[in-house]
Amino acid sequence: MHIDKDLVAASATPLVLGILADGESYGYAILKRVNELSGGRMQWTDGMLYPLLHRLERLGYIASSWGVSEVGRRRKHYGITQAGRDALAERREQWTVVADALKQVWQAAQQPPAVAEGWA
Amino acid sequence: MGTDAGLEAQIGQWRGYIQRRQAITAADVDEMEDHLREQVADLAASGLDNEEAFLVAVKRIGSVDAISHEFAREHSDRLWKQLVLVSTAPDDAGERSWHELAVVLGLAVGAGVAVKAGLALIDDEMVLARNLGLLVFPFLAAYFAWKRRLTWRVGVMLLVPAAVLAIVLNVYPFVPDGSTLVLAAVHAPVVLWFLAGLAYVGGRWRSGNRRMDFVRFTGELAIYYTLLALGGSVLIGLTAGVLDLVGIDIEPFLEDWVLPFGAPGALVVAAWLVEAKQNVVENIAPVLTRVFTPITIVMLLGLLVALTSAGGFVDVDRDLLILMDAILVLVLALLLYSISARDVLAPPDLFDRLQLVLVGAALAVDAVMLSAMLARIAEFGFSPNKVAALGLNLLLLVHLAWAAWLTGGFLRGRRPFAALERWQTAYLPVYGAWAAAVVVVFPLVFGFA
Repeated sequence: MHIDKDLVAASATPLVLGILADGESYGYAILKRVNELSGGRMQWTDGMLYPLLHRLERLGYIASSWGVSEVGRRRKHYGITQAGRDALAERREQWTVVADALKQVWQAAQQPPAVAEGWA
Repeated sequence: MGTDAGLEAQIGQWRGYIQRRQAITAADVDEMEDHLREQVADLAASGLDNEEAFLVAVKRIGSVDAISHEFAREHSDRLWKQLVLVSTAPDDAGERSWHELAVVLGLAVGAGVAVKAGLALIDDEMVLARNLGLLVFPFLAAYFAWKRRLTWRVGVMLLVPAAVLAIVLNVYPFVPDGSTLVLAAVHAPVVLWFLAGLAYVGGRWRSGNRRMDFVRFTGELAIYYTLLALGGSVLIGLTAGVLDLVGIDIEPFLEDWVLPFGAPGALVVAAWLVEAKQNVVENIAPVLTRVFTPITIVMLLGLLVALTSAGGFVDVDRDLLILMDAILVLVLALLLYSISARDVLAPPDLFDRLQLVLVGAALAVDAVMLSAMLARIAEFGFSPNKVAALGLNLLLLVHLAWAAWLTGGFLRGRRPFAALERWQTAYLPVYGAWAAAVVVVFPLVFGFA
């Protein structure tokens, strides 16, 4: 399923912060997790994750450190900071408001318009 | 099924391709390579062969342009190359760069002390002037000797000519204020500069590529030295201005201490800066040639019209010849620095044509001047100054004429560009030999007059 680019961009930050709130991770694992969570329906352009991670790091939401993978490659790990948790909580409130509003719109759209008959 | 070696080669190529983007650092590429390898491994585990897995993984990473654009938005500073003079990395490299800084500062101070001692000990201005180069040269050469870890054999190749030069300049029975003395004083720094070049190339003076490196170094050094001098003047001007307001005159201090230490010290420091920036910052001299080549063509054509319409030359003296030499040196520098930055394999373009026009115009102006000059010389005979100026003019003429011929061949697709480049580097030592001849042979021929 194709999901609009702007929607992907808007949801990327809370998704990444939320995944990291569960524990430290690294680029590829974060993407795999996004895939699992969306049942494979949210396809990101993989490369775009990295500039995003750098931006979140600059904002102080996450912190990075170089480690080593199981096979001995250099690997950059990211962990969420307190500022990141605060930002995540804030985003969560925003998304709840948006989701509630959308939910009501979807419900209203399912019911037949009440006034339409008068004009027929 | 693709082999591991094939996969490694493909990943290597991909790395190289990504790394060319300025906004993406090596660490970012490491990070993305880790991603790519995990993805390839997962895809391979699900049944794809290595090659297919690689293609899919690269496709999923996405457009490099778009990623690079995102990185650039995030790190706009990366588009400006930053020069790190003293590495802060806590390893050997950091250690060595601190060590180098200490060596450079020591040699800069040493050059200052040498010049200051010369000023204090040598009363005769003329004696000082002709020895000034010899006072500074050892410190610059010592820096390269340290940097390139020169062998003793090369050390001797440097020391012996420098010693001969020192003896000639100070032992020859020059007539005071004679023109051979002035000529020797002017040409001695040129000889020393070629010796510095020998130290710069680490004794491998036969290599055309290394010679070209020294040409690049010279251009960048001139620019960095000028920038240091400008910065220094601003600083001195501000300090002097403020001190002047409180009634302190620092001019004697400036003349006695700041200039004798600052001018030679800045030369060593500029050499270090150019060495340090080599791979990090684009060379500026070739950029300047792009700007000044068209302007110089206009200037030369203007000169040509003015000279031919002026008719006879009333006051054709050696000053005019020296000016002509200066113009030819300028044209040569423009040619040399644009060649130094040109991709040898690129096909001819508009700029190559412009360069041919430039050299052609310079040769035309020089031919007009030279014919008038030769008539003068035939009438009034030779003097050391005229021969020195004329000799340099002929050397430049041969250099430029053959360069024009080779450029023409290159434009018509008859010759490779490399031939033109080879000619430049092959001809350079001729200037060193000529300068040495002016210092050593001229006084003998003209009786030290």
